[in-house]
Amino acid sequence: MAVRVQTENFDVGAEVNAMRLSHPNIGAIVSFVGQVRDLNDGDNVASMTLEHYPVMTEKSLESIVEQAKNRWAIEDALIVHRVGELKPQDQIVLVLVASAHRKDAFTACEFMMDYLKTEAPFWKKEQTPSGERWVEAKDSDDQAKSRWQQ
Amino acid sequence: MITVLYFARLKESLNYSTEEMELPEGVKTIAQLKTHLAKRGEAWAHLFNGKQTIRAAINHALVDDESAVKDGDEVGFFPPVTGG
Repeated sequence: MAVRVQTENFDVGAEVNAMRLSHPNIGAIVSFVGQVRDLNDGDNVASMTLEHYPVMTEKSLESIVEQAKNRWAIEDALIVHRVGELKPQDQIVLVLVASAHRKDAFTACEFMMDYLKTEAPFWKKEQTPSGERWVEAKDSDDQAKSRWQQ
Repeated sequence: MITVLYFARLKESLNYSTEEMELPEGVKTIAQLKTHLAKRGEAWAHLFNGKQTIRAAINHALVDDESAVKDGDEVGFFPPVTGG
């Protein structure tokens, strides 16, 4: 289980292979990759800056992994989140979850993304033709998280 | 002393990212600290008067307005998060 916050890009294939080969009892690996869109709320996005709260970010991501581990039978998990300046089609986030059977990995991956979206202290600022703007949090993300608490 | 950190939109509009301050007289919770900060001027009042959602962390854990603040704590204030 690991979390990383970094400015550098990540190699999805290399990360999946490293996890796959690390445990012979893994039967399934689910990956989620988030990338920067070129359009948001009707405006072209030229670039995006991601700010975070160092130390808290890592603790928050570790707590999300821990909660997933307590709820589902997962063998391994990895969260990599980038910060700093990113361009459209740059990768932002990677979540990998490994389990003996696919269902635990699918479900835990979705849980981890829903929690990351609403609890991990990252903030996006977009650069558009009409200037800079902070991205607003979405109610739909809070709703996505709340279904895990029922 | 407590350390207070501001992030994202807050850091920009206050032009402030971190400060050390004595825990003000009578301030025992996040809500009371927000009310105290709101008295600092227009930009502060705008953020901390309760009309905007400002989230808080104590010692790197998310907390709510009723959580207790004590001497030595690191308090972070920030808007709802937008990562992922």
